[in-house]
Amino acid sequence: MDMHAHDRRRFLALGAAAAATPLLTACGAGFGGDRATGDGSAADDVTGPFDWKRARGKTVKALLNKHPYTDALIADLKAFTEKTGIKVEYDVFPEDNYFDKLTVDLSSGRASYDVFMLGAYMVWQYGPPGWLEDLGPWMRNSSATGAEWDQEDFFPNLLAADQWSLKAGAPLGQGGQYALPWGWETNVVAYNTEVFKKLGLKPAETFDELREVAGAITRRAPGAGFDGMYGVAVRGSRSWATIHPGFMTMYARNGLKDFTVDGGKVKPAMNSPEAVAFTRDWAEMVKKGGPPSWTSYTWYQCSSDLGAKKAGMLFDADTAAYFQAVKGASPASGKIAFHPGPKGPGGSLATNMWIWSLGMNARSRNKSAAWLFLQWATGKEHLRKGAIEHNHIDPVRKSVGQDATYKDKMRAIPGFIETFEAVVDETRIQFTPQEQFFDATTSWAAALQEIYGGKNASSVLNGLAGDLASKVG
Amino acid sequence: MPGRTATAPEAGHGAAAGPEGGGKPAVRAVPAWRRSLRPYLLIVPALLLTGGILYPFGLGLYYTVFDFAASKPQPDLVGIGNYRRILTQPAFWDSARVTVAYAVGAAAVETVLGVAVALLLHRSSLVGRVLEKILILPLMIAPVIAAIMWKLMLQPSVGVINHLLEPFGLGGVQWTDTPTGALLSSIAVDVWVYTPFVAILALAGLRSLPASPFEAAAVDGAGWWFTFRRLTLPMLWPYVLVAVIFRFMDSLKVFDIIYALTEGGPGDSTMVLQIRAYLEAIRFQRYSFGISYMIVLWAVVYLVTMVLVRYLGRIQNRAAEVER
Repeated sequence: MDMHAHDRRRFLALGAAAAATPLLTACGAGFGGDRATGDGSAADDVTGPFDWKRARGKTVKALLNKHPYTDALIADLKAFTEKTGIKVEYDVFPEDNYFDKLTVDLSSGRASYDVFMLGAYMVWQYGPPGWLEDLGPWMRNSSATGAEWDQEDFFPNLLAADQWSLKAGAPLGQGGQYALPWGWETNVVAYNTEVFKKLGLKPAETFDELREVAGAITRRAPGAGFDGMYGVAVRGSRSWATIHPGFMTMYARNGLKDFTVDGGKVKPAMNSPEAVAFTRDWAEMVKKGGPPSWTSYTWYQCSSDLGAKKAGMLFDADTAAYFQAVKGASPASGKIAFHPGPKGPGGSLATNMWIWSLGMNARSRNKSAAWLFLQWATGKEHLRKGAIEHNHIDPVRKSVGQDATYKDKMRAIPGFIETFEAVVDETRIQFTPQEQFFDATTSWAAALQEIYGGKNASSVLNGLAGDLASKVG
Repeated sequence: MPGRTATAPEAGHGAAAGPEGGGKPAVRAVPAWRRSLRPYLLIVPALLLTGGILYPFGLGLYYTVFDFAASKPQPDLVGIGNYRRILTQPAFWDSARVTVAYAVGAAAVETVLGVAVALLLHRSSLVGRVLEKILILPLMIAPVIAAIMWKLMLQPSVGVINHLLEPFGLGGVQWTDTPTGALLSSIAVDVWVYTPFVAILALAGLRSLPASPFEAAAVDGAGWWFTFRRLTLPMLWPYVLVAVIFRFMDSLKVFDIIYALTEGGPGDSTMVLQIRAYLEAIRFQRYSFGISYMIVLWAVVYLVTMVLVRYLGRIQNRAAEVER
């Protein structure tokens, strides 16, 4: 009996040791697996004349976000396979889950996907840990990149948006090219021409005018036959995505900064007296002329409110309005016009942008095929087709923007081309690049909600700046 | 050979073959080494399960003593630094306050409503049986779906709730736009989803109570309230407490309902610990810090549950003594 008890204890001890072995092994393996080794780029392995068929028979795995640009890409994938002999397998996720999926996948250190969609802000998060392939060497290698790809054809501010030195506070446009511009969005004002005409309103040229017009629509539109209509649709959910469209655009047009960089040190600046005043005014505008239940508003709600004639204006991505404005898309289609939006002091039209880019997994085992895919997806032929036959609007390439067929198509939407041309040169990333971007902007959105809820703007923003100083600095 | 009967072999020899022409088959003796191995084989599933639980937990615990983050893939050892940082952050205490308020509010309302519903269903017959079936419908819905559904219904302009309240002059309520409204709305969704769970447990308890004390009370002319307070509730209490423990534990760990409904806002008004841990670990990729949040939450849930389970044990012992 004693012997049995002894055996059982020994067995359990051995079992526990066996169970602990993988734990100890994992501990020994370090964090996040092995890092990519070596400084040389895989692009250097590509030699000889450029050949679209170089990687035929391979399969590229892509992670994509559900978006009209993605639909245009998927519709044209057959052309890519015919051109290269490369198969593309893809997964499409809705935006709510997309970045979590991508983040987890990249941080796991596995190469589940060779290529993926990302924004420029994600470069600041995914670049420093070494998850993104520097595409610069691929672009520079004439054996890997065909002459017709024509780097000079990209709007330079878009190419620069995905280029960074990976140092917090360092400006964009220097260092590695961590993604390629594929589709983008400017943040402008779209408005319902019907309600503007009925109420005798004009698009706002200043921020003060915008607040007045928004309030006037909320007060007067319901009595003028536009039941339940409010002034201006802007995002308000507790997310980084609330800060970057209309808010950051107007913030930048007022000459305000999110952070200042002094001697390489990044310091929060959203609590400067001017920034506090602006933020208070923005919250006031939302209260008097914004959507009910603003704190849950994402671009989906903003866009559909404009289309459903519930919002008189939309200050957000031009695409969010465009998808409602095209013929037959919504009750408001045919009655939506575009305007660059209020100017800042001195006539500034500084505009923040969202840029859908395509990046390559630094751990991909299929880089040559992945690069051919990126090259094709950001090439003239596919982008022109996407812009003309599908809804891949806001071209990242100058040649597509100047294309007569594209212009004819876009002329159907009042003010679209004029607005695009007015802001394109002043549209760039208005944020200071730094790794804690998502924490900073999510906390900023939470602060905006608190100010909207009635808290003192100055103390809320001082608290935010204090918190961020320890995280970002 | 038909008609021949085999003799059972002696235990331990195990060699007797079965009869050629039918009859009772012989039982093959199990070797001693297999008999002694059997208990160990039986605990293998439990060991695997325990390992499956302990492995990620241990790994998580190990990560918390470093400052591992996407921005710092080669981390430094910080010891209890992450825990110290969490416990000295006002944000943590704000979240702890919100989490406790949510858990206490949800568990309390669900318990009261659940017991009330169980009492109603216990009394009626046909209607009770029909209602019983309807009542469990919310439990069939994933909480995150329920939260999205309620989010749409609570929309001030297009939501059905304000539409229904309009005739009473109560339309236009900004349900989730104010800090208090957001917290109460989240609790309301939790109550909608989980009250049936409490009701079902309480109903099962009610149906298992002995009839004789109630018959005696009825003979003595005891009123409903007296019977409920002095008989039903004390006897039902162990069942109710089981429901309370489950709901309180679950509410302390809430993520889906609040995240889908308010994302933790407006401001930080519904920022419970689980959402903060998720943001830290997944969104902001400060892995060690995020895991430390979860370990702290685990410790809180563990301690609270331990206290409640001990209390439940005492109650059950007392009930057992009463029955004896």
